[in-house]
Amino acid sequence: MRRTCLNMVYELAKTDERIFFVGSDIGFGTLDEFKADFPGRFFVEGVSEANVIGLAAGLALEGKIVYTNTIATFITRRCFEQVALDLCLHNVNVRLIGNGGGLVYAPLGPTHQAIEDIAIFRALPRMAIVAPADAEEMKRLMPLTVDYPGPIYIRLAKGGDPVVTDPGMSFRIGKAFVMRRGKDALIVTTGMMLKAALDAADKLAQDGLKAAVLHMPTVKPLDTSVLLDLAEKAPIIVTVEEHSIIGGLGSAVAEAVAEANFDSVKRFKRIGIPDVFPNKYGSQAGLLTHFGIDTETIVSVIRQLNKRPSGQLATERN
Amino acid sequence: MKVETKLEGPELTEFLQEKALTIRRDIIKMTGIAGSGHPGGSLSATDIVAAIYWYALRHDPNQPKWKERDRFILSKGHAAPVLYAALAETGYINRDVLWTLRQFGSALQGHPDMRKVAGVEISTGSLGQGLAIACGIALAGRLDKLDYKVYTVIGDGESQEGEIWEAAMLAAHYKLDNLIAITDYNDLQIDGRVSDIKDVCPVDDKWRAFGWHVICIDGHDMDQIVAALDEARQLKGKPVMIEAKTIKGKGVSFMEDMVEWHGVAPNQEQMIAALKELGVDDWTSW
Ligand SMILES: Cc1ncc(C[n+]2csc(CCOP(=O)(O)OP(=O)(O)O)c2C)c(N)n1
Ligand SMILES: [Mg+2]
Repeated sequence: MRRTCLNMVYELAKTDERIFFVGSDIGFGTLDEFKADFPGRFFVEGVSEANVIGLAAGLALEGKIVYTNTIATFITRRCFEQVALDLCLHNVNVRLIGNGGGLVYAPLGPTHQAIEDIAIFRALPRMAIVAPADAEEMKRLMPLTVDYPGPIYIRLAKGGDPVVTDPGMSFRIGKAFVMRRGKDALIVTTGMMLKAALDAADKLAQDGLKAAVLHMPTVKPLDTSVLLDLAEKAPIIVTVEEHSIIGGLGSAVAEAVAEANFDSVKRFKRIGIPDVFPNKYGSQAGLLTHFGIDTETIVSVIRQLNKRPSGQLATERN
Repeated sequence: MKVETKLEGPELTEFLQEKALTIRRDIIKMTGIAGSGHPGGSLSATDIVAAIYWYALRHDPNQPKWKERDRFILSKGHAAPVLYAALAETGYINRDVLWTLRQFGSALQGHPDMRKVAGVEISTGSLGQGLAIACGIALAGRLDKLDYKVYTVIGDGESQEGEIWEAAMLAAHYKLDNLIAITDYNDLQIDGRVSDIKDVCPVDDKWRAFGWHVICIDGHDMDQIVAALDEARQLKGKPVMIEAKTIKGKGVSFMEDMVEWHGVAPNQEQMIAALKELGVDDWTSW
């Protein structure tokens, strides 16, 4: 997915002279073609994230469209102040491409696990947040990032993830996609958790439970019209994300649903990373299972909610 | 109790070189078994780390939280394998744990985690932050009337971070002469040569201009390292920066000065070849 994304930046740069790339110690040989073909629009700025954001802002204020790339924690937390002011306040066309959103860098520990990136960027006015499900969706997204007004955060998942979206699908920043219809429950998801959500819907179907799946690659601006349309009809709503349960997709959905003030009662559960710094390492898959962010958990949560009329669920692990 | 070496002269040099060799072997085996990790920057820092642990540091592996211990902070946290090897060899952690590097449930992850590993003073891995924390610890030592020293190793690529220079100003302002920083100057970072990406040169002049006492050495010459540490420990009134010219991947011919070995572990064949170069004929027996 990362390769697709960066290659698209190069492809887009071929026909649009406004496109610049600024990297921050991203990997030897990354985008060598871009560097060779458009040296005047290619910069690698070493280990200096705050500086990179300022540089990108300055370029963008002069009419350039700047794509920046580094590890997600360092492009979000490390330079948050610069992102808030230099990019969002000035509303400039800088695209932040964060490698390893979520638990991708599991073996590298808390310094490299981007588990609150969506939460902190959601709090910034004007920031768009997009987490495609797979490389195909990335291909549909990237051309739209060129002329989108204002800053965008593009959250990358791991490389080589299976393609789950249909290449024929459309894409629009700010649009949610109904992947499955079903009246018994609604699973809302973003990024590569779409696969687990679809698999869960399949499993639930075997019990006769029909779950709708709503894929929200754009977490901000949230497509509340599609979301609330489905949520109104669903007795059970479960959100699934590779992110802290605080402030991410689950929070965004909870806020929208709560304020919709539906007459019917909703049973609701966020599936995500609990409010802890992960204290185990290893593989991404190992940590996702450890935290119960997987198909099995989605299935069991929906089954339980289907049985229990109200009250809290005790499924959190840490 | 404190661990101190009584050796001097050539005997000391030889002793420290042996420790460094052990660490190098451990780094290779650890990353080889893990299948990922950062051997290059671990090997470039090895001689410095060996001299710090077995010559300079006043510490007691049986009391990792001993108040009067000298503190060592690996600011360039991705070189965790060099730290883990030193902690195992000094006795903070069990040697067997080394071979679980980066596995699910292991205490040893890609970057040092103080919550998990005795002897790790602070969790690092986000570059540029170790020096500022070292300043805080050094200042606390002065205020608490404890005479410990604070040692920290930073990278040359890491020196591109603004926070390093904010801390540089702070340390000189407070005349933190209990702070000794060492730059692992290997002229490589992820994207290539530091001098090509964003030159930090003339780095010794920069530190001097910021009010530090600067000592330039060959970071693989044990006598020079020891002499620099002696000078640094005696100096009064200023923080000290030891600019150690190093070779990334030092000790393994095919890794030396190669950008490719920043964050890539040796495969089994390469691990065996590397260990052979380091004098281990049968890697299973190491
Ligand atoms: C704040 C931050 N930005 C980026 C990284 C990713 N990163 C890990 S190692 C490295 C290169 C460091 O180069 P240098 O300090 O010279 O280390 P060495 O050559 O000693 O390995 C980078 C950019 C990081 N760990 N922290
Ligand atoms: Mg370096």
